Amino acid sequence: MRTYDFTLADARLTALSSGALWWSEAGILCVSDLHFGKSGRLARRAGNMLPPYENRETLERLEADILTRNPETIICLGDSFDDLYAFEEMDEADRLWLTCLMAGRQWVWIEGNHDPGPVDIGGTHLAQFRAGPLVFRHIADPDASGEVSGHFHPKAGLRGIRRPCFLLDGRRLILPAYGTYTGGLRSDTGVLSELMGKDAIAILTGNNVQPMPMPR
Amino acid sequence: MSTLAAPFKDWFATRGWALHPHQSALLARAQDPATLLIAPTGGGKTLAGFLPSLLELADGNHKGLHTLYVSPLKALAADIRRNLENPVAEMALPIRIEDRTGDTPHSRRQRQRADPPHILLTTPESLALLLSYEDAPRIFAGLQRVIVDEIHALAESKRGDQLMLCLARLQGLAPGLRRLGLSATVEDPDGLARYLAIGEAPCHVVQADPGPDPDIRILDTETPPPWNGAGAHYAIPEVLEAVRAARTTLIFINTRAQAELFFRALWMANDGDLPIGLHHGSLSREARDRVETAMLAGKLRAIVCTGTLDLGIDWGDVDLVIQIGAPKNIKRLVQRIGRANHRYNAPSRALLVPANRFEVVECRAALEAALARELDGEPRGPGPQDVLCQQILITACAGAFDADALFAECRKAGPYRALPRADFDACLQFCATGGYALRAYDRWQRLLQRADGTWALRDPRAARAIRMNLGTIVDTETLAVRLKNRRGGAPLGEVEEAFAATLVPGDTFLIGGEVVTYDRLRELTVEVTRESHRKPKIAVFSGSKFATSTILSHRVLAKLQQADWPDLPAHTADWLRLQREISAMPRPDRLLVESFEADQRHFTCFYGFAGRNALQTLGLLLSQRMEKAGLNPLGFVSTDYALLTWGLEPVTDPAPLLARDGMIEGLDTWLAENAVMKKSFRSVATIAGLIERNLPGRRKSGRQATFSSDILYDTLRKYDPGHLLLRLTRTEAMTGLVDFERIEEMLARIDGKIDHITAPHVTPLAAPLLLEIGKVPIRGEAQERLLAEEAERMMREAGLV
Repeated sequence: MRTYDFTLADARLTALSSGALWWSEAGILCVSDLHFGKSGRLARRAGNMLPPYENRETLERLEADILTRNPETIICLGDSFDDLYAFEEMDEADRLWLTCLMAGRQWVWIEGNHDPGPVDIGGTHLAQFRAGPLVFRHIADPDASGEVSGHFHPKAGLRGIRRPCFLLDGRRLILPAYGTYTGGLRSDTGVLSELMGKDAIAILTGNNVQPMPMPR
Repeated sequence: MSTLAAPFKDWFATRGWALHPHQSALLARAQDPATLLIAPTGGGKTLAGFLPSLLELADGNHKGLHTLYVSPLKALAADIRRNLENPVAEMALPIRIEDRTGDTPHSRRQRQRADPPHILLTTPESLALLLSYEDAPRIFAGLQRVIVDEIHALAESKRGDQLMLCLARLQGLAPGLRRLGLSATVEDPDGLARYLAIGEAPCHVVQADPGPDPDIRILDTETPPPWNGAGAHYAIPEVLEAVRAARTTLIFINTRAQAELFFRALWMANDGDLPIGLHHGSLSREARDRVETAMLAGKLRAIVCTGTLDLGIDWGDVDLVIQIGAPKNIKRLVQRIGRANHRYNAPSRALLVPANRFEVVECRAALEAALARELDGEPRGPGPQDVLCQQILITACAGAFDADALFAECRKAGPYRALPRADFDACLQFCATGGYALRAYDRWQRLLQRADGTWALRDPRAARAIRMNLGTIVDTETLAVRLKNRRGGAPLGEVEEAFAATLVPGDTFLIGGEVVTYDRLRELTVEVTRESHRKPKIAVFSGSKFATSTILSHRVLAKLQQADWPDLPAHTADWLRLQREISAMPRPDRLLVESFEADQRHFTCFYGFAGRNALQTLGLLLSQRMEKAGLNPLGFVSTDYALLTWGLEPVTDPAPLLARDGMIEGLDTWLAENAVMKKSFRSVATIAGLIERNLPGRRKSGRQATFSSDILYDTLRKYDPGHLLLRLTRTEAMTGLVDFERIEEMLARIDGKIDHITAPHVTPLAAPLLLEIGKVPIRGEAQERLLAEEAERMMREAGLV
């Protein structure tokens, strides 16, 4: 299946196979950890010069989700930019592309650890965002409920197959990383096992969405 | 002996030794710029190599580094140092000898740079690292000689290509440098000499007496070998008997997994309590050291081992080599056999143990080739460009360089003698800017061209990362295996990360000869418990699969043409006669294709004799074509000699399936998506310096920051399909795992002549392939479905739906 419907704090949500979250009733599309400008940051730090195409790859997928769902509001859950220079250094065409996607929509940039300050681009820059029963922030607060967060880039699977995944329990949802150059943190790592309740499930993304009990 | 000075003459005399002819020959050629010595093991090769250095250093006048010795194994460098120190001490020569490898303490390495010894023993990687330092010109200024040991082994991998580039660099720093290569028996001594030569200058080959013919036999067993399989467990009683009758035996097996299984089976049957050890690359360093020490102390009667013992320390006591499974390659067989009886002029004794019925023929063919001294080997292609990229970066670490001068220098290295300038420039461009169609890094180039035209690192801090990434060995990522709750203890060994990822708690597998149960993965460690009473459920972690060499395949084909087979055991000769009766024998200049029906499936068997990698590739290509032709293919298996496909419709005319036209295009589509390509890409990208290798201790399995090189591969393919690294990846895969070259060899050999036989039922030669069918892993769509089914079952069990 291409989507998986579930509820969190009575909000009816849909996990998309792309790794985005769709909240149909509120017209909100939420993506996390885009990490725009990752290759540029590595090169600047005298690191390796990775193929400089991750921005357009990420934009391509984001555009596809936006065109399909036509959201009123888009929430980027933090670490949207790999650092605060990333937007400046973005290719002119990619910057224009992003601006076009933003036009005519409410666009919320949540601060992440990679992009703690405002970036010189439109939209609203917030530490967290509340909508109905839900709160959106970058890093999960262990005491929160009805919370949607990102940051960890969770991954799970079985029998040698590992996919980026949503983690969901009765109180919170953690989104997979949406950006192209992002790795993953296995769901059975201590910090995720502690954060997620006993009944947590992992919703694998990729070609299909596939729920399974969260490996821990 | 007249050429030897006094202390040497006396030293030889007290031992009752005389110079071997090849040792004299090397002394006579000591001033030649390049020489290659080909000698069997135990021929006093090392002494022959060092003798000219010892003579030149005997007067104590040389200051600084005189001789550099490079070997593929760290252990060999240390071992040779110990062996050299004896004569030097006994003759009281004023010579300082030291080794330098990755294991050498930092303080000593610092000191060695400031005050180099006369003779330095090292590895290609340590040499490359030394050359990356700014003070390399000073360290190597007085260098006179370089000795490359086991050059036949180095020349088979990128380590050799890198070493030759490093020697070209050294030649620039010390123009009078003379080089000597030491090699085991090889198929093409002149080719190896050109590899070692300085540019177009000659390199003389000195051939030592190859010694007497080895005594090779096929092991007689009470039980005939099975129809398929690679374990050879049927031969356990006779192998134990042979071990008992010999002093010390090396038992070679082609893969680690098979070595584990065979070792365990030997232990189960080992009533006489013969001390037998196990040695392979997945065992922990400690475990391997223990076995090596016990072996040196003469405490072991046999070692079950893989290629890890192909090279290295001479164990004079080994008097028998047993090869389990077909050797696949005659040269390797001959070199392995040479491990037995290191005393010069004593014949080596070896037993071959075919693992299945077909391997009886292959073993016999290999044995005959070894006796005829016909060796195989794939012709060496031009030096790979990922290694060249690394060389450019290493050069930049040592200081600014001129591109023209570096190009000229690289062309002095044998493997790069024909390097086109355009290829060099592409590599330089890649190192400087990443070489992307999108010029994204103009401000942040890795290398910058300065006003004087020379190239230098933009940010000198980059040197550290480049040095950390140096070398051409790209290991599969492995995880340590430890007993649970014994975090302090030595690990049992390691398994490939990909294998570890397939384990679920409760799975049992073999490591270090014992059965363990997987418990969990914790911080890069696979935690297990011992499970001695259970059978291993999963026995394999992937070992490399060698393909039978072209020459050996041809010899096997020739063997099948015999009128009868009195030289083969009756069980095998009967089998071949039956094949000839029911169907036909495969022929070298034609392709035999058989079709038959079994279990409502239509099977077709192609006897390509092109090695398993090429036949695997052919299987993928034919599946695509059968799909298009509406034959509804369901699957295929391949061995070294044949490919068996099956489907819902019969193949009535195999010729169009095998048409050369469009085959390479079909390959391209398939290749791009394939895991083989991603694996090759990872290796190429690591060596070329696009991605950093995962160093032990630096890798954190939990870090979300690191991502797989597969993502880079997919991204490049989508946005920059002409990129240098994709071109290099493709070239590498085509000759390596994909082995398209051998499909072409086969198509040229058969020249369109196809004999299609429709048999009433499975034929004798095809029967073993039929037995392989159950072992094919499931991939693609079927894998997705299985994943979904298992996940749904787990959801139900957990009460979550």
